[in-house]
Amino acid sequence: MDELLTEFLIESFENLDQLDQDLVALEHDPNDLEVLKSIFRTIHTVKGTCGFLGLSILESVAHVGENLLSLLRDGVMQVDRPIADALMALTDAVRSILVNIEATQHEGTETYADLIVTLELLVIRAESGEAQSVDEAVSPVAAEPAMPEVLAVPFIPVPFIPVPEYEASPVGMRVGELLVEQGVVSQVDVAIGLIKQEAGDPRRIGEILTEAGNVTAEAVHAAVESQQVGKASAADATLRVDVAVLDKLMTLVGELVLARNQLLQVATVSEAADPLLYTTTQRLNTITSELQNGVMKTRMQPIGTVWSKFPRVARDVAAACGKQVRVDMDGKDTELDKTIIEAIKDPLTHVIRNSIDHGIESPEVRAERGKPVEGVVLLRASHEGGQVVIEIIDDGGGIDVGRVKAKAIEKGLIDVATAATMSERDATNLVFLPGFSTAEAVSNISGRGVGMDVVKTNIERIGGTIDLHSEMGVGSTLRIRIPLTLAIVPALIITCAGEKFAIPQVSLVELVGLNTTALAQSIEDINGAAVYRLRGRLLPLLDLRSELGFEASQRETATIVVLKTDDREFGLVVDTVNDTEEIVVKPLSAQIEAIRVFSGCTIMGDGRVALILDVAGVASRGSVSFEEDAVASDGDALLSLDIRRDRYIVSEVAFGRRVAISLLAVDRLEEIPSASIEHAQGREVVQYRGEILSLADLGTLTGAGSCDRGETVPVVVCTIGSQRVGVIVQRIVDIVSERFDFESGGEHGSRGVLGSAVVQGVVTDVVDIVAALGIPDGNPTSTSAEMEASYV
Amino acid sequence: MSEPRQLCTMRVGPYLFGVDVSRIQEVIGHQPTTLVPLAPSVVGGLMNLRGQILTAVDLRSRFNLPGRAASEDGEPAESTNVVVQTSSGPVSLLVDAIGEVLEVDERQRESTPSTVDENTRRLVTSVYKFDGALLLELDVDRAVYLTEHVLQHLVGAR
Repeated sequence: MDELLTEFLIESFENLDQLDQDLVALEHDPNDLEVLKSIFRTIHTVKGTCGFLGLSILESVAHVGENLLSLLRDGVMQVDRPIADALMALTDAVRSILVNIEATQHEGTETYADLIVTLELLVIRAESGEAQSVDEAVSPVAAEPAMPEVLAVPFIPVPFIPVPEYEASPVGMRVGELLVEQGVVSQVDVAIGLIKQEAGDPRRIGEILTEAGNVTAEAVHAAVESQQVGKASAADATLRVDVAVLDKLMTLVGELVLARNQLLQVATVSEAADPLLYTTTQRLNTITSELQNGVMKTRMQPIGTVWSKFPRVARDVAAACGKQVRVDMDGKDTELDKTIIEAIKDPLTHVIRNSIDHGIESPEVRAERGKPVEGVVLLRASHEGGQVVIEIIDDGGGIDVGRVKAKAIEKGLIDVATAATMSERDATNLVFLPGFSTAEAVSNISGRGVGMDVVKTNIERIGGTIDLHSEMGVGSTLRIRIPLTLAIVPALIITCAGEKFAIPQVSLVELVGLNTTALAQSIEDINGAAVYRLRGRLLPLLDLRSELGFEASQRETATIVVLKTDDREFGLVVDTVNDTEEIVVKPLSAQIEAIRVFSGCTIMGDGRVALILDVAGVASRGSVSFEEDAVASDGDALLSLDIRRDRYIVSEVAFGRRVAISLLAVDRLEEIPSASIEHAQGREVVQYRGEILSLADLGTLTGAGSCDRGETVPVVVCTIGSQRVGVIVQRIVDIVSERFDFESGGEHGSRGVLGSAVVQGVVTDVVDIVAALGIPDGNPTSTSAEMEASYV
Repeated sequence: MSEPRQLCTMRVGPYLFGVDVSRIQEVIGHQPTTLVPLAPSVVGGLMNLRGQILTAVDLRSRFNLPGRAASEDGEPAESTNVVVQTSSGPVSLLVDAIGEVLEVDERQRESTPSTVDENTRRLVTSVYKFDGALLLELDVDRAVYLTEHVLQHLVGAR
């Protein structure tokens, strides 16, 4: 394509984005002269250039638009809805012509006659002083030939409007404008000067004005200078670079980083032998890091480039559903890698449409609820620990958790029992399930049931996470976390069965070294699933060896890499942890993509290829199904409620008797040293997390006799209402999943014993721990409901 | 069609395969590769070719031949990498040995007999007759398309 044309397209597309934003702003404040001027300049530039390039349709459209704009700018008429709509239609027309040119190098066959007539009509009305009656006019936009009498009006040449055709500079203002702005000369004087110019006066405007005695030569000189400063700074400070060039640079820097890593290894080994090599390498190291940062910076774009089109999107969606919505932005300058910007564009658009369509209420409802009639969607972006957090906050009706659950049940996504015990947060996030849509009626904006799950998949594809919080009647907040860049990421290098693997540090929570001699003891087993007690919490474990199909031979060393995906944690058992390294992510070949456990590969310092583990993929392969084995992220609860309902912790008390306690009441499992047990008010207590925890012996409680105590005592920490009690047992046997049906209040049993059952071949007493402890405010008949309340 | 074509030959087990020379990027000796866990044996691993990561496809495994026999010192015999251009980018084919470039023409060509097993028939476009040998022309794009293979393997491993 013609270089000139390409340049024109790039520039015009950029200007159009700005135009959309300006128009929405203008609708809010029709008197904002600055915005009007900016719009006028944009259209003026388009018109000027396309005349030069021989694009006649575009020129004619831009021409009438320019006429209308100049009237607006001069205050002859005010921006109202029909005008705003017409101007938006103008922008769309210009855009679609430009798209046509880009694709086919031709303007296309559409002549936009209707739009031109509409715009002309508005101009004529303004000219004939009917500006005030424009409000009454039906919006004549959108190619609707609703006004035959208008169409019958022959083309009326637009009368001369002082559109100054002097040196059109897209940047900065004209000398005349500058002078008027500075207040040194009146608008009338400038207009007279312009008319003289039009009439063939070859002099520059400044000269005319000076000669007429309107202004001093110094003032003109200053104005010209300031105009040139504006031009120079905008033109010289930036440079358009082809993205392909940047991509190539990025690849080369990636290679350089690899070579540096390799060299560093060599240099470190031979430090003593060759100190010069070592220092030179260190220098190279620093430069490479700086270069890497620099090149990454060139690819960084402010998130505002994506956001800029949202006010327009919001306006259109709001108009379509009869709502009033304003888009506020905070942190527009937050920078992200270009590829990521591209990747989040569509998901974000979808989320905003959703917020307006489903979130923001209609003006009537809002007024009823005492909210301002205009709804607000706030976009906020910020950097946080090497990641970017984007929030989309609306002040709408929030998400009706009840309705979400009902819908999820209706669609068969969850069952009734799960729904009943689901936390509010989990229930809210049901909207991300495929096939979920709460919209009662399918609107053409959203509600087709493809949406939030696609948003989630797209965000996760670029290594991001998404989370939804909502408060009924107050609004919803969608929080997206995404990495800054995809190309070079810090990673943890681990070894498993002699092979090296990289784990992106984004998902890394902590490392837990395992004592190999006590390996078997520290990893426990619940019905085939390995768990580890991490500070009293049960952490589901996966063994990387078995996940990757290696032989599960005896390890010499082992480390648990605690990983986080989807806000849930699990531990990955690996052989050794090597190092952290900046790795250059390379895509997987088509042949092995389908394995889904790897997200890419990289070249290590020694030149070998290493695979990058896809943490979410490993988790789903190992069926760390988080609906099942959820570990709540707040770190206080042992397992999520719905799981606990039918789960019991089986422990042994004195004389081998076994007792099962519902996990509903259980908070943590602890091992406390016998020596730390103290006495207060005739009871045994222990200092636990800064408070005094009273202890009760489960053996004594169930009448089996007190438990034998070794050096340490296993304690089941229970929370009942606002009280915490440590229940001493002799040994924790297992956690089982059972459903017991007992007649309430066994006849012969001790206090709190619900009944007995055979669990794993041993007769076990099932205990209602609340009743057994005899806590007064724990009503034994409604314990579960009460406990639920204290957990949710 | 009478234009003679040049096929680069390579030996894999008892077979002699040919690939159009225009598809061959380079031939390199044995390379250290990284094994891909969970992948079927046809994926020979990943190798670093001057900063580019290539997947190696083991042609022995692709044609259901037994693995390379161990040489006298017990080490498995080393394979040769033939880097070919495919529709999904460059891929390395693991072969036993590389042969000479042969000129073939239409008169030597015959379509693959229907008695040949289906897997082989899918991967071999045609057979060229030479004295004492048959040259099987490999459909490179099909030979390196492994998605179904990988998926089947994953399901089987479950």
